[in-house]
Amino acid sequence: MENRAIFSGKLLAFLLAAPQLAVSLIFFYWPAAQALWQSFLVQDAFGLSTEFVWFENYAALLKTPEYYQAIGVTFVFSILVVAFSLAIGLLLAVMANRNIAGVQIYRTFLIIPYAVAPAVASVLFIFMFQPGLGMIARTLQRGGIDWNPVLNGTHAMILVVIVAVWNQISYNFLFFLAGLQSIPKTVIEAAAIDGARPMRRFWTIIFPLLSPTTFFLIIVNITYVFFNTLGIIDTATGGGPNGATQTLVYKVFQDGRVGADLGGSAAQSVILMIIVVVLTAFQFRYVEKKVHY
Amino acid sequence: MANVALRNVRKAYPNGFEAIKGVDIEVGDGQFCVLVGPSGCGKSTLLRMVAGLETVTSGEIDIGGRVVNRVEPADRDIAMVFQNYALYPHMSVYNNMAYGLRNRGMAKGEIDTRVQEAARILELSALLDRKPGQLSGGQRQRVAMGRAIVRQPKAFLFDEPLSNLDAKLRIAMRVEIRKLQRRLGTTSIYVTHDQLEAMTLADILVVMNGGQVEQIGNPLEVYQNPATTFVASFIGAPPMNLIGLRDAGIALAGAGSEAGILGIRPEDLQMVDGAVPDGGVAFDLRVEAIERVGAETYVYGLRAEQAGGAAVSTRPGDLPPGEILVRIPGQSGPAIGERIRAAAVREKLHLFSTDGRKRIALR
Repeated sequence: MENRAIFSGKLLAFLLAAPQLAVSLIFFYWPAAQALWQSFLVQDAFGLSTEFVWFENYAALLKTPEYYQAIGVTFVFSILVVAFSLAIGLLLAVMANRNIAGVQIYRTFLIIPYAVAPAVASVLFIFMFQPGLGMIARTLQRGGIDWNPVLNGTHAMILVVIVAVWNQISYNFLFFLAGLQSIPKTVIEAAAIDGARPMRRFWTIIFPLLSPTTFFLIIVNITYVFFNTLGIIDTATGGGPNGATQTLVYKVFQDGRVGADLGGSAAQSVILMIIVVVLTAFQFRYVEKKVHY
Repeated sequence: MANVALRNVRKAYPNGFEAIKGVDIEVGDGQFCVLVGPSGCGKSTLLRMVAGLETVTSGEIDIGGRVVNRVEPADRDIAMVFQNYALYPHMSVYNNMAYGLRNRGMAKGEIDTRVQEAARILELSALLDRKPGQLSGGQRQRVAMGRAIVRQPKAFLFDEPLSNLDAKLRIAMRVEIRKLQRRLGTTSIYVTHDQLEAMTLADILVVMNGGQVEQIGNPLEVYQNPATTFVASFIGAPPMNLIGLRDAGIALAGAGSEAGILGIRPEDLQMVDGAVPDGGVAFDLRVEAIERVGAETYVYGLRAEQAGGAAVSTRPGDLPPGEILVRIPGQSGPAIGERIRAAAVREKLHLFSTDGRKRIALR
């Protein structure tokens, strides 16, 4: 089924690829290289002198207990967000894939949350979960739960997980819905005739056939949690209380932008980059084998 | 094994469209019933209703003496072969066949025995570890068959199972399916739009059109005595010549006043030199086109009284008015433009009412 055009000469091929290469080089590789370079430097507070210090930034970083706390927080946070946003997205997609009246309206409304900027979503949730005023917080307190994300680290974590999950569900929903619709109807019917009840049908036929979508979404969601939740955390908790919601990317932002420790911050972002690369490579190497395309 | 009966089955959609307008079919134990008709005639819908994939608006579907209108597909004890095979792409051939048995909680040993046996019959033994994506069309078709036969169901349902195969393989699989069905003796309902498949496979042939049954019967009986002009032109290739008696100015003794359309199969027309056979009909034709397919030759002739007028077919697939198709054995035949006379004897004539809905006996 090979159906490709063959061009002689490498110049045309290079020219055609050049725009995309330029974007990648300028916006991805150059900053990454900058971060790597900066992680070897130390600057004074006013930016007047710069010194090359090899791995001192890394060594200092690995001696701070807060850094290990941030790694732990990041993993708890990402596992919770990825698991819940995928599970809920899938559940909603399965529901919206049925032949029910007004299904187009449900689908549209399920996609809308993705259009809400993370920081805005975060503010909305702060209102609802605000210990003194928020309607959900007051309901919880009336129910005997001493809800207070400002003081309680676990509560703060729950709050940011809820916001991040809410923000990501639509994206997952959309892809799962498309995945479900690409499964041939007759395969499901064949399974029904083969005596598989709906639940068994889902786990033995539909879920395995969705695996390419699921795999793609796991990778995209991990990247989302690692990098794009900065705004949510900043607006909702500011990394607090006492570092309970300070993820790696938030610490990069805090130390570099707020704490003005550019070298240390760059070292952190290099390590963060390595973690994501290793995670993704690991998934392609081991998890992808379970995917049926 | 069981008989399958449809009693006054109807299907109407919420938008008011009536897909099935009251169908009665009785398939005896072990018989092979073929539903044939043009696309959109409701044959697939009817099959899916038997399978339980479509609801029944009214009427009864009876499998093995049990009315199954409200029974789930899984509990009807039927197996279905789909047009696109509908194999589970993530499972091996073995698991594709074993899936239905596992769902029913069958013991591992028994499953293995049945799958191996089916694989042996269908010559799939060497392919059991493959995924469907690694198989050819014909092999996939056989896996779909295997998935049906391991279940040992009361009835097999086939939904145009051969239409995705190339012509040569289609003929081979057609014979295989028939042999397999004879050997297993399982009641089968088979849907196709291919009249040749229908003729060769069926014990009972059901010709459908517009959500209704046009005719039910033994294939040769249907071929010899089509009940309507629709059946006459649908069964048999090339199709029967249908000629308006009045248009052609034919006066046929004993035709009766009801008769409006005369039908003659192309192979029942003979080229003659002189006289019209006693009680039969003859046409003077000018040869317009000739098709030689090797074993026989199709001669398209325009009736002399129509000659000159550019004839255009009024319905796709029908001959233009005034044109008559003669089928002669061998490769010889007249030349284009030549004038010939084709005649048919009285016993080979079919008569229909003017609207084509009724067959009229010729006394």
